[in-house]
Amino acid sequence: MNAVALSTTDAAACIDSRFTVPGMRCAGCIGKIERGLAEVPGVAAARVNFSAKRVAVSHAPDLSDAQIVDALNHLGFEAQPVAENPLARDDVETKRLLRALAVAGFAMMNIMLLSVAVWSGADGITKELFHWLSAAIALPAVAYAGRPFFASAAMALRYRRTNMDVPISIGVLLATGMSVYEVLTGGDHAYFDGAVMLLFFLLAGRVLDAVMRDKARSGIASLLSRMGRGAQVAYPGGETKWVDAEDLAPGMEMQVAAGEALAADGEIVRGESRFDRSMLTGESVPEPAGPGDIVHAGTINLYAPVTVRVTAAAEDTAIADIARLMDEAGQSRSKYVRVADRAARLYAPAVHSLAALTFIGWMIAGAGVHQSLLIAIAVLIITCPCALGLAVPAAQVVAAGALMKRGLLIKDGSALERLAEVDHALLDKTGTLTLGEPRPSSIAALGEEDRAIALALAQASRHPLSKALASTLRQAGVSAADVTDIVETPGEGLRGRFAGRPVSLLRPDHAGEGLAVSLRNEEREFILFFTDPWRADTAEAIDALASLGVPSAIASGDTSDAVSKAACEFGIPATGGMSPADKLAELERRRAEGQNVLMVGDGLNDGPALAAAHVSIAPGGASDVSQQAADAVFVGEALMPVALSIRVARRTMRTVRQNFVMAAGYNVLAVPIAIAGYVTPLIAAIAMSLSSLIVVGNSLLLARSAKDPK
Amino acid sequence: MNGLIFLIPVALGMGGLGLAAFFWSMRSGQYEDLDGAAQRILLDDEDAA
Repeated sequence: MNAVALSTTDAAACIDSRFTVPGMRCAGCIGKIERGLAEVPGVAAARVNFSAKRVAVSHAPDLSDAQIVDALNHLGFEAQPVAENPLARDDVETKRLLRALAVAGFAMMNIMLLSVAVWSGADGITKELFHWLSAAIALPAVAYAGRPFFASAAMALRYRRTNMDVPISIGVLLATGMSVYEVLTGGDHAYFDGAVMLLFFLLAGRVLDAVMRDKARSGIASLLSRMGRGAQVAYPGGETKWVDAEDLAPGMEMQVAAGEALAADGEIVRGESRFDRSMLTGESVPEPAGPGDIVHAGTINLYAPVTVRVTAAAEDTAIADIARLMDEAGQSRSKYVRVADRAARLYAPAVHSLAALTFIGWMIAGAGVHQSLLIAIAVLIITCPCALGLAVPAAQVVAAGALMKRGLLIKDGSALERLAEVDHALLDKTGTLTLGEPRPSSIAALGEEDRAIALALAQASRHPLSKALASTLRQAGVSAADVTDIVETPGEGLRGRFAGRPVSLLRPDHAGEGLAVSLRNEEREFILFFTDPWRADTAEAIDALASLGVPSAIASGDTSDAVSKAACEFGIPATGGMSPADKLAELERRRAEGQNVLMVGDGLNDGPALAAAHVSIAPGGASDVSQQAADAVFVGEALMPVALSIRVARRTMRTVRQNFVMAAGYNVLAVPIAIAGYVTPLIAAIAMSLSSLIVVGNSLLLARSAKDPK
Repeated sequence: MNGLIFLIPVALGMGGLGLAAFFWSMRSGQYEDLDGAAQRILLDDEDAA
């Protein structure tokens, strides 16, 4: 009753919020989320986007994001609010390309229909009519579908450079222009079909490229979490208010609850707690801090609420310093020239001088301006890099799709090209070689009932140790016991009742070193220790990298002897205690030696190194900054996708080179025919589609590349 | 020859119809959630639930 009233009265005033829900897996989840949210008072409508793992909620303005996240948690899903469609711009780009492709496809089919009639012998008034019709379809289609190429070519020429789009644009424009002239003068050959077909094939390549990029990005966006976007600030009058991170100023007193991330650097005034500093240092063991200690933005308060007086906010925090370092480090990478553009640098001058020479040659031979121009343009059309424009994206899309199935999301094609050139790997330790989150070392000591109680208690809390324990127990096939009256005391733990007896999951009184929780069931007490274990296949993955000719080294911010232990265990050199600037310097040094370094890291402290490396990969559990700086993200618990990605990237580049050779071979065959003046629109159309099909077919073979072991 | 006057507009019209349908489907968000659409068919009718 209440809900109905709300949804009708507030329909006009509703606001939309989006949440990413990585945990949805099936139709049941969709139904559960949509129906569950619809029952929450204040929610007008909820719509799940399963592909993006997102839910859009239309709700009354007084219902906060936190309340909706809470409601989702009650339904059994972890959720994070996301900013207003951060990827909308990429989407728009893909849609524009798709529309252009549709227009080009429509025009191509209809012009082909008319052209086939001309080729099979229509003449006189029919032929002229068909040419006029073709022109009427082709001109608007070229103007619309050619825009992405024309714009990019104009941009390149403005900066006195050349890319793949320059020869494409010149070819298309000349072919169209000449065909219009032919139609106006009642000539024999109109190349409208060739020009539009060229656009269609090339747009297909661009669309593939864009779809690959979008898919990877939306995958990564759903992994991103929101960290420390603001804080509860206590004002002297006793009033507290939520202040966004940008508006925090030195001197303010933030009240940071357990489990919250700090939004600014500061000094602890009251309270004592432990802080997860893995974002900054890569160290997963929480550090204790009390009154007078300095804590940094991006660290997470784990145990108890504290009050922190802000010393540096927004642009002045340690995080912002690292972000600046990353910005500068990323500059060098933008100088990388994609393989297609490198090919175009050789290709465009060659083709254009060839066409010019053909024109001059025929003029000398006395063919007349019109005839010579016709033949020169035929040379341009036949050499137009149709297959070349498809050669790279087709291979890269197939490879990226194959890698995505194995848990590696590649952000764009340029990343694959750079991955193929890697000859050294630099690995971070925490979160990269290890899982980056605590896991109970063993649950063997627990009996069946204790496990069920532990799960019931652990799943009621969002504390990292509780979450780790709950997921381990669930994997072991435990189902939760019926524990009632569960109360969570921040900084202490959880208490509840099971079959009338008190049970609890608490911070141990004397845990000694490392992380632990104590489970109490009546008089029995178990201490569960937590460690950050190695990824199960770390050694294999390092071997696989070595067998690809990529020696690895560890560069860690960790100061403990765990780094040297890792070095012994995996037999590779390791350096510990490195600051973000040290890692950056190490990369610069290696680059100066001519190495192409692959950087794999997760923490914010790896951010600058990730941005500076020749190519970089971050694990799915990495900080936002790292995932955004990295070229690729691997999800899951295996490290193997990293080694696999290099192998697939190299195979992709081999296929790309094969495609180039095929496209060049086709030119070697076709160009003499064109120079001799024997190319008709029919021959051009057949040659163009044939070479494109061969290139696409060759690229499809890559789909198997990520499957077979060798 | 007379047939052409009739047939060509029909051919163009049908092609144009396809194009318009594609544009419409894109604008109305038919491609937003391809995996979700496949899953939703398994859901029971929401009124019945």
